[in-house]
Amino acid sequence: MRQVAIYGKGGIGKSTTTQNLTAGLAEMGKKIMIVGCDPKADSTRLVLGGLAQKTVLDTLREEGEDIDLDFIMKTGYGGIKGVESGGPEPGVGCAGRGIITSINLLEQLGAYTDDLDYVFYDVLGDVVCGGFAMPIREGKAQEIYIVCSGEMMALYAANNIAKGIMKYAQTGGVRLGGLICNSRKVDGEAELVSAVAKELGTQMIHFVPRDNAVQRAEINKKTVIDYSPDVPQADEYRALAQKIDNNDLFVIPKPMTIERLEEILMEHGILD
Amino acid sequence: MSSVRDHVLDQYNSRVYKNRKEHVITIGEKESNEVVANTRTIPGIITQRGCCYAGCKGVVLGPIKDALIIVHGPIGCSYYAWGTRRHKAESDVRDGEEAKSYLEYCFSTDMQESDIVFGGEKKLKQAITEAVSIFNPPAIFICSTCPVGLIGDDIHAVAKWAEEEYGIKCIGFSCEGYKGVSQSAGHHIANNQLIRYIIGTGDKKPKKQYSVNILGEYNIGGDGWEVERLLRRCGIEVVSVFTGGTSVRDIKNAHLADLNLVQCHRSINYVADMMYEKYGIDWIKVNFIGTESCRKSLTEIGEYFGDEELKKRIQEVITDEILNNADEMQYLKSKLKGKTAALYVGGSRSHHYQTLLKDFGIRTVLAGYEFAHRDDYEGREVLPDIKPDADSKNIESITVEQDKKYYRVYLTDEQKAALVEKGVKLNYYEGMFKEMEEGSIITDDLNHFETEEFINILKPDVFFSGIKDKFVVQKGGTLCRQLHSYDYSGPYAGFQGAVSFGKDILMGLSTPAWGLVRAPWKKVPVLSATLGGEE
Repeated sequence: MRQVAIYGKGGIGKSTTTQNLTAGLAEMGKKIMIVGCDPKADSTRLVLGGLAQKTVLDTLREEGEDIDLDFIMKTGYGGIKGVESGGPEPGVGCAGRGIITSINLLEQLGAYTDDLDYVFYDVLGDVVCGGFAMPIREGKAQEIYIVCSGEMMALYAANNIAKGIMKYAQTGGVRLGGLICNSRKVDGEAELVSAVAKELGTQMIHFVPRDNAVQRAEINKKTVIDYSPDVPQADEYRALAQKIDNNDLFVIPKPMTIERLEEILMEHGILD
Repeated sequence: MSSVRDHVLDQYNSRVYKNRKEHVITIGEKESNEVVANTRTIPGIITQRGCCYAGCKGVVLGPIKDALIIVHGPIGCSYYAWGTRRHKAESDVRDGEEAKSYLEYCFSTDMQESDIVFGGEKKLKQAITEAVSIFNPPAIFICSTCPVGLIGDDIHAVAKWAEEEYGIKCIGFSCEGYKGVSQSAGHHIANNQLIRYIIGTGDKKPKKQYSVNILGEYNIGGDGWEVERLLRRCGIEVVSVFTGGTSVRDIKNAHLADLNLVQCHRSINYVADMMYEKYGIDWIKVNFIGTESCRKSLTEIGEYFGDEELKKRIQEVITDEILNNADEMQYLKSKLKGKTAALYVGGSRSHHYQTLLKDFGIRTVLAGYEFAHRDDYEGREVLPDIKPDADSKNIESITVEQDKKYYRVYLTDEQKAALVEKGVKLNYYEGMFKEMEEGSIITDDLNHFETEEFINILKPDVFFSGIKDKFVVQKGGTLCRQLHSYDYSGPYAGFQGAVSFGKDILMGLSTPAWGLVRAPWKKVPVLSATLGGEE
């Protein structure tokens, strides 16, 4: 079982990318579970065709510890299982602790079955506190992909996430598998993201172009492969799935100083 | 004596040494007896310190009997809600107004995992609702513990809600344990809220001509009751006590008293200072522990009021109390004279008890505080020299203005000057050092290693501290008495209290059971082995 965590700046397209790429993996016959680690609980919407299940934490709050796994885990496109950790409403409580509680509970409930090929953690935003690092702690996700674009703030965030990975990589076994560029049509985007990836000691594993097919599929609560399997964008996600399945470059990232990052941005003309 | 200090400190590695050498000094060794205090403890050093929440809830607020105190946090934190500190109280009626006592109960929101994740405000409101429906208390205090600060529950908004919903007084205390370097931070937080929300909200004027508040008296083992008895005998009315056995009912009238008496300077000096600023009430540092200091304190109170008749009555009471206990004191002194003691208590008792020990001819060879600041050691004259650091800046410090309605000046400047002439110092604490002998050792934030080392070298006849180290010291063969809780005894305050204290010490010294026991491993070898490589 490969456990994979997807991080990246808020709004960069982590959930969309994760679901589209897992659809590609499912098409290849892989057995997959997606664990949504975002209080908004929208990480499995496309594979399950809408907000289908109750979140782990809501269920925990209402039912107590005695939870039936079927209640919180639903199966969607290509047999992909979806679980949403959920969390408090904005501004109260501790979402980070929620993720820890929820992942522990999933383990207790036996959600991690041996027949799974992949578990994907779709994690909210940045590694802001210990809770959001839970998926990359010892015994959880072993590989991480950072979704980013050629925009400056996305690369800042990627570098920052790399710092978090480095910390846990030194004590645990977690490694960075690469950057996924979710294009925003910035000039020289592929080169820039590749350069940042190289500096971090990793690779840009795939360049996902911007395409309205994604938007259309999302409105219909589906992944691209599910909604329009023949469009070129579907092949892009298949390619990404293939690359991740074949990936063997796992590194401890070397996060850079802000100055160095800005230098690279400068070299590729983004700051013009 | 400085060789004693060096012998202990030299065993540290250089980093620890560099830190501890500023906290451990020998009186008189250097020109100024400057000590570093109120700074972070070295991690792992086994300190005796407590946390901010312990200082706020456990020390200052805990004894207020008619305030129902809800600990907002996991149940473990509520250990300090269990009445473990021996601050006694009884419900009573004053001018037809009852103050119930809730001290025999403990209240906690018992936060669970889902309260941490989803926030605990709902549960806190539920707790308040239940408390109101069962007990209908005049006041509810909410004390936060660590996780509440992390998840950001707004206890002050909940307190406001409770006041509107139930028409009671409800005050939030953000005293999360991680704040500050010791329980001292909690005292400050409690002081701030008392002056903000309680003191000054009542209007019951004292009935007698002379009235006082006793500040920093927590009625451990009934000390406060004994002090109140003495003051009443002298004809002085006690408006309120901060906070032993007291009530919100009484504290809200504290601003109407004529004078503040400060017993424990560390835990309550903020209230004393702010009441001086806001209401013009002077404070004098008193010490009701020990016959000589008790006499001095009562005499100074008489001097402050300046009434000849009052002064005469005070002297009569003093003479009577001393005479009543003279035979026993003389006997105890004959038995205890020449003994030595070491004291390691919170932020005041290590000073207060030295004068009582002196009454018996017992010398103090080492003294230290857990959480005192430099002014408690060196006197308030060093206050301008204390630079705030990041930790102390984290604790809110409030300023108050003169109260338009209640500010009054009791003594004129000339009268104050005349008092100073007589040696009565107003709004001043001289600290512990000035009363200590040259060569005695000072240890701020004493730790376990130093405790054992200093006891081994100095061999005091009795070590005064608390439950955290009592049995280690005692099993090592040295008598150890708890000055936080008085080991189920007390009161030790006042003239009669001195006798009780002397008896307890003599009882302990006459029963040196642990000193007579030899550990099995000191009699027979517990391991046998041969040296490797030798046949």
